[in-house]
Amino acid sequence: MADITHANQANRARNADENPIRRFFRATEIDTRLLGMVGALVIIWLGFQFLTGGLFLTPRNLWNLTVQTSSVAVMATGMVLIIVTRNIDLSVGSVLGFCGMIMGVMQAKILPQYLGLEHPAIWIITLTSGVLVGAAIGALQGSIIAFLNVPAFIVTLGGLLVWRGATWFVTSGQTVAPMNSTFRLMGGGTEGSIGATASWIVGIVACVAIVGAILNSRKQRKRFGFPLRPVWAEYFLSVLGCVLVLGAVAIANAYFWPINIARRYADANGIAWPEGGLQISHGIAIPVLIAIAVGIVMTFIATRLRFGRYVFALGGNPEAAELAGIKTRWVTVKIFMLMGVLCAIAAAISTARLNAATNAQGELDELYTIAAAVIGGTSLAGGVGTIAGAMIGALVMQSLQSGMVLLGIDSPFQRIVVGVVLVVAVWLDTVYRARAK
Amino acid sequence: MSDQRTPLVEMKNISISFGGIHAVDNASIDLHPGEVVALLGHNGAGKSTLIKILSGAYRRDAGEILINGEPAEINNPRDAKKYGIETIYQTLAVADNVDAAANLYLGRELRTPWGTLDDVAMEAKAREVMGRLNPNFQRFKEPVKALSGGQRQSVAIARAILFDARILIMDEPTAALGPQETAQVGELIKQLKKEGIGIFLISHDIHDVFDLADRVSVMKNGQVVGHARTEDVTKDEVLGMIILGKCPPKAIPGPGAMQTA
Ligand SMILES: Nc1ncnc2c1ncn2[C@@H]1O[C@H](COP(=O)(O)OP(=O)(O)O)[C@@H](O)[C@H]1O
Ligand SMILES: [Mg+2]
Repeated sequence: MADITHANQANRARNADENPIRRFFRATEIDTRLLGMVGALVIIWLGFQFLTGGLFLTPRNLWNLTVQTSSVAVMATGMVLIIVTRNIDLSVGSVLGFCGMIMGVMQAKILPQYLGLEHPAIWIITLTSGVLVGAAIGALQGSIIAFLNVPAFIVTLGGLLVWRGATWFVTSGQTVAPMNSTFRLMGGGTEGSIGATASWIVGIVACVAIVGAILNSRKQRKRFGFPLRPVWAEYFLSVLGCVLVLGAVAIANAYFWPINIARRYADANGIAWPEGGLQISHGIAIPVLIAIAVGIVMTFIATRLRFGRYVFALGGNPEAAELAGIKTRWVTVKIFMLMGVLCAIAAAISTARLNAATNAQGELDELYTIAAAVIGGTSLAGGVGTIAGAMIGALVMQSLQSGMVLLGIDSPFQRIVVGVVLVVAVWLDTVYRARAK
Repeated sequence: MSDQRTPLVEMKNISISFGGIHAVDNASIDLHPGEVVALLGHNGAGKSTLIKILSGAYRRDAGEILINGEPAEINNPRDAKKYGIETIYQTLAVADNVDAAANLYLGRELRTPWGTLDDVAMEAKAREVMGRLNPNFQRFKEPVKALSGGQRQSVAIARAILFDARILIMDEPTAALGPQETAQVGELIKQLKKEGIGIFLISHDIHDVFDLADRVSVMKNGQVVGHARTEDVTKDEVLGMIILGKCPPKAIPGPGAMQTA
């Protein structure tokens, strides 16, 4: 007991000579790195808003931005775990292409023969087969890395060529189109969005979940008599979380259907065309929902499950993990399997959005995915990285690209900018880490 | 040895080589419950390698390990832990980027009924154990990498004693510690000894361990020079064993003892 009071006094003493800003961050336990990235994102957004004369921060552009980000964001969550364990996966773009082609052929050529076109089960069978193929590819590459000790860089560099070549062989290079109409919902668009009411429901459920999680964590810490966050900090975090969620929903709902689609919809459903036009909200796009769900599941895996703990322990010190009795090889195989599954999900989003499976699908995505993870604070030295950071990193990359498109910048110059930003971001991160020590 | 009970651990005629270097050559050591055996020798004598065979980090080329008189199958660190063998490695082997509680439970995490990590329960237990070892320790939320050498050491020790070890291996446990922390580790060793735990205490420095040990085993160039009860030998005699490989009269010579004509 004496120790505890002593320690509390020490803590209080330490808190007292901190400035208010530091005290604020300590109390709220906000990750300052993550906050810095959000800050960078805001600066990029405001910059483009200014340069484009107000074209950037519109509901339409933000909505499109999130849809365009979702495929790379999904893969970036897996790339975090790979890079955390000091590996790399250069094959994700090609695996995406291969899984996409398999799913394209599945839904457009194979399944209709047995089930008929537009059978309701087609999309789920298609997606399942894609995910299985992705997992199998990941298991194969992971096993070669873990059990045959071939470096991940080489195995996945080989994979980059192999799976791109294999994609060609599935249809001898032909593009497969169109996709099944239910499957296509995964790509977003007017149809592939959940509308205003459902979006508000999703938003409110998310708010309840945020508050519930904060209350639960407080209850748990109380149960063991651990130091608690100050009550104001808990309120602050709850309110902040809810405002962000509901704000995002409001923006998604402020983007209305294009006028010709709305008119066709009105005609089809016998709705009289109102004076100012029919305003139907898109709401949250399904690919964005998928990406968010993937982000939540991956965060859960990374922070709440034993597997995630092993991933980070392994990345920080492989020898210690091995000596602690962790089956490090199996952990590696599982990480690559997970990556394969995520590639398949990303492939579903991207083929659905394009309404076609092509040979070139996912080309260069490996670079964007790795860049997203690294910009998002994943350390190439291993052991450090967050799922949320990587997803924000993906958003940063996509924001840069969309903004430059809006500004009419040529694509070669876009690449130059993205490349420079990647290097600068990692340099800044190195500086940050050196100072944090 | 006057002791007639079955030893807790017997390592018999253990050999291992790395690419032609005989790191350990036909070495035999044993340990009884509640006993502290100091394993001494110069750097490079093969001490760490020998005990890494016991803890499952290396696989022996030859020899036999008996636990409570029964042959034991130890092929990896998990097997060793099943026999109640816990190890504090010379390199510490802590996972730098997770916090103290995660380190204590690494590989044996507590889980909730839903299969998720029970971090609060682990932190509670970590606070209890660390409180016993190092009452000033408060940095439970930080990755171990941010801790001082002594604090990291106490994490490694807490990790070893958390799971009711019967056999504890401490490889140079006080190498990174100041005098006060070294004394604390000494106290801990006495306490664990009282609880009936057998301890291998490894050091290259006789002064660290002479007062704590019941027996010393000395290694030189991968071979065992000899064993002796600490009451039967002087520090100088043990130094002679370490430096010259010369066995004093009351010690039991091993294969590495200097042949006296
Ligand atoms: N993994 C290994 N690979 C190659 N040689 C090793 C390895 N581990 C130990 N050795 C060699 O074995 C010998 C004994 O080392 P070690 O057991 O660490 O000695 P000690 O702990 O007594 O200082 C040294 O010559 C060392 O270089
Ligand atoms: Mg050693």
